Amino acid sequence: MSMEEFHQIFFEEADELMEAMEAELLEMVFEPDNPERINNVFRAAHSIKGGAATFGFAEITETTHVMETLMNEVREGAIAVDRSLVDVLLSAADCVKDLLAAVKGGGPADAGLAVATRTALEACLERSGAAPQTSPPQPDSSDEDAAAAETGAALRRYRIGFRPAHGLFRTGNDPLHILRALRELGDLEVEVDTGSVPTLDGFRADQLYLAWTLHIATGSDPEVVLEAFEWVEDLCEIDFQEVESRPEATPDDAPAAVPAAAPAGAPAVPMEAGSAAGTERRSADAGTLAAGTAERPDSAPHRGERRAAGAESATIRVGIDKIDTLINLVGELVITQSMLSDLGEDVELCDLDKLREGFQQLERHTRALQESVMKIRMVPISNVFNRMPRTVHDLTARLGKQLDLVMHGEHTELDKTLMERIGDPLVHLVRNAVDHGVEMPEVRAAHGKPERGTLTLSAFHAGGDVVIEISDDGAGLDTERIRAKARDRGLVDAGEQLDEAQVHQLIFHPGFSTAEEVSDVSGRGVGMDVVRQNILGLGGSVEIASDAGRGSTFTIRLPLTLAIVDAQLLQVAGQIYAVPLVSIVESFQVERANLKSIAERGQLYRVRDDYVPVVDLTSLFGIREATPQPVAGGLLVLVESGNGRMGLLVDDLLAQQQVVIKSLESNFRAVPGVSGATILGDGRVALIVDVTGLARLLRATGGRRGQDGGLTGIRAA
Amino acid sequence: MSHILVVDDSSSMREMVSYTLTTAGHSVMAAADGAQALRIAEDGVDHFDLVITDINMPVMDGLTLIRELRGLRRYSYRPILVLSTESSPETKSAGRSAGATGWIVKPFDPDKLLGVVGKVLPQ
Repeated sequence: MSMEEFHQIFFEEADELMEAMEAELLEMVFEPDNPERINNVFRAAHSIKGGAATFGFAEITETTHVMETLMNEVREGAIAVDRSLVDVLLSAADCVKDLLAAVKGGGPADAGLAVATRTALEACLERSGAAPQTSPPQPDSSDEDAAAAETGAALRRYRIGFRPAHGLFRTGNDPLHILRALRELGDLEVEVDTGSVPTLDGFRADQLYLAWTLHIATGSDPEVVLEAFEWVEDLCEIDFQEVESRPEATPDDAPAAVPAAAPAGAPAVPMEAGSAAGTERRSADAGTLAAGTAERPDSAPHRGERRAAGAESATIRVGIDKIDTLINLVGELVITQSMLSDLGEDVELCDLDKLREGFQQLERHTRALQESVMKIRMVPISNVFNRMPRTVHDLTARLGKQLDLVMHGEHTELDKTLMERIGDPLVHLVRNAVDHGVEMPEVRAAHGKPERGTLTLSAFHAGGDVVIEISDDGAGLDTERIRAKARDRGLVDAGEQLDEAQVHQLIFHPGFSTAEEVSDVSGRGVGMDVVRQNILGLGGSVEIASDAGRGSTFTIRLPLTLAIVDAQLLQVAGQIYAVPLVSIVESFQVERANLKSIAERGQLYRVRDDYVPVVDLTSLFGIREATPQPVAGGLLVLVESGNGRMGLLVDDLLAQQQVVIKSLESNFRAVPGVSGATILGDGRVALIVDVTGLARLLRATGGRRGQDGGLTGIRAA
Repeated sequence: MSHILVVDDSSSMREMVSYTLTTAGHSVMAAADGAQALRIAEDGVDHFDLVITDINMPVMDGLTLIRELRGLRRYSYRPILVLSTESSPETKSAGRSAGATGWIVKPFDPDKLLGVVGKVLPQ
C-alpha cells in the first residue's frame, strides 16, 4: 500500500465528512440547540484535522483546527449558534473543500483564502471572549530530541525513587517496561525495596508491592528521563534527583560547556523556535490577508473547475451486502460449471434433460451476476440531492426569498456515471426554480399564498427509468411572456398557434431566457437548452408541467444505466435493429383498414382511438426506397418516447435480449435516430434505435428521408 | 507477532495504523467506534494482546471503551493505548483514571508507534 492509497482513503473520508458537516450546518440554522448536530460538526472537523495532520496537509490541519476549537466553544455553550456563525462555518467548509481539491489535484492551495477563513473563524472565537487555541498538532519532534540527546556527550547521573501505586497493573502498565526504557538511555542500576510486600494472607497477585531506587548515568536531560514515567505519573511517587553534576561544568569551563549543553537542552529550543515562527507566520498572514480577499472574486471560476475535477473520483464505495451477493452468485456459477463439465465428460442421450437444466441454470446465474455487477455501479441519488440544501440556502439568502426544501426518495439508486453527470443539470434546475419559480414573500402573500415557498425534489424508479421531479409552488411559467419573447426572437411565426405544452418547451430553446434581467443566479450563460442537451445526452428526457400561479414541475427521466439495455430485436429489410424494450408499447399486424395517408404528415395508423405516425425504417434509414403502402400483414411495433408515440414498420420480430451498448460516436460518428450499436450472439452488429431521436427525426422530416440523408449508407453488418 | 484491536472512527487512520502494524508482522482487527470494539472484545472470538483506541468517537468514546474493557476479565491488565490528537494533561489524567496504559499523539510517526507498541507488548 503506497502513501497515495492512504491519501485516497483520506480524501474519500474527508469528502464524506465535509458533506455531512455541511448538511448538519444547514440544519443547524433551524435547530440551533441540537447538541447532536453541534457534536457532529465538531467531530467532522476533528477527524479531518487528525488525518490532514498525519499526511502533512498543513493548511487543512490549521483551518480544521480553528473550526474544531470554535465548535468546541459552541458545544460548551460559550458561543451561540446563529445564522452568521453558520455562514462563517459554511464558508470555512467551502475553504476546506477547496484545500482538499487543491491537494488532490496536486496543485498549490489558495493560502490567502485559508488565512482569510481562519481569521473569520478566529473573529467568531474572539467575539465570545474565548482565546483561540493557537497550536494545531505538529508532527512529534521528540525523535530529534532523542537524537540531540545522544550527541550530548557528557554523562549526567540521576537517582530516582520510584514507588508505583499497588494498582498499577490495572492500567496495563508494567514497571518492567519503564525499567527497560530507562536502560536504553544509559547505565542503569536498580535497587528493589520489598518492604511493602505483605504476608501471604494479605497478598494479592494483581497488586504491585515493590518499589525501586534507580541510579542512571545518561547523556539525556531530566525531561527525557522523566518521559519514561509519563504514562504512570499519577500512579506513582517519584523522587527525582540529579546526584552529581558533570565535572566539566566548572565556572572555568563554562564557555566551552555551553555549546555542549545546548544540544542537550534541545527540547526547549524547537518549541520556542516553533512559536516564534508561528507568530511570524501569523503576521505575514495578516499582510497577505487583504490580497487574499481581493483575489477572491477572480479565483471563483477556478474554484468551480477545481471542484469539478475533484468530483470525478475513480473509486466507488460498495455496500458489503452487494459484494456478498456477488460472491454467492460466483459460487453458484462455479457449481453449475462443474456440473456441466461433469456431464460433458461422458454425454449420453438420457442426460439431455440434465444438460438443458444446466444451461438454464447457467443462464439464470449469468443474468443474476450481470445484474449484481450492474448494481455495484448504482449509488443513491442522495449524493446529488445533498448538494441542494446548500444551493437553496445560499440562494434564498441572496434573493431574500423564503423556501422550504423537501426531498423524497434520496435512496433511489442510479448508475454512478449518470449520478455524476446529472448533478449540474439538477443544480441548474433547482437554481432556476428558486430564482424564477418561487416569488418574493410579499408577492406570495399578495396572491394569498404562504410566504414560505416549497421546493420538492423527489426521485423514484418507474419502469426501467429513474425519475427525478423538481417541483415548486411558485408562479408557474408565464406562457404569454414566453410566447411574446419567442416571437421577438423569431423562434415562432407570428401567426403560429402553439398549445401550452409547446409553449413550455420553448424555454429549452437555445438562447432563451425570460428573466427580466439576467441575474447572477441563473444567468450564467448556461441556459435551459444546455440542461436539456445534457439530459438528452444521458439518454434521458426532461418535461415541464406548469400551472400559472400554482407552480411548475420539471420531470427528468433517466435510464438506470448507460451500459446495458433490454432490447427487442427487429428485422427490417434483412438488417437487424435493437429497440429498447422499455420504449415498446405493443406490436401487431398491420390491417389496411386502419391505415390513413395524410398529406404532409405521411401515413398514420389507427390504434384504438388514437392515430400514430407510421415510420418506415427502410426509407428513414435509407436501406431501400419507401414502400408506397405497408403491406397488410406486415408488423407494426408501437413505440413511445417523451415526444409521443409512433409505429415502426418491421418485417419480423426476433428475440428479446439484453444488449451491451457500444458507442457509435466513439467508433464511427453520431447518427440521429441511433443511440449505439451492439454485437449479437452470432457476431453480427445490430444498431440500437434511439426512439426519442427517431421522433425528433420524424418531426424534422415528416417521416421521409432525413434532409441530411444522415443514415444513408449506414447499415448494420 | 501479536493480535491488536484498532479503534478509530476515521477510516484513513484505521488503515494507516493497521498498515503500520501489519507490516511489522502483527495481525490487526479494526473497529469504527467504542461500541463496535466492545462487541468484538466481548464476543471472545479474538483475543487481543493490545487495544489502540481513539478518544473522540461517535456512539461510544474511547474513555468509556477503556473503562468497559477494564471491567472485562480478559482485558483487566492488557495494555490499552490511546491514539489521539488530544494530549492535554487533563485528558491524559482522565485517560489514566479510565485505565489507559499510555498515549500516542496524532499525528503519529509509524516507527514511533511501533516502538511504543513493542514496549507495551509482552516480550
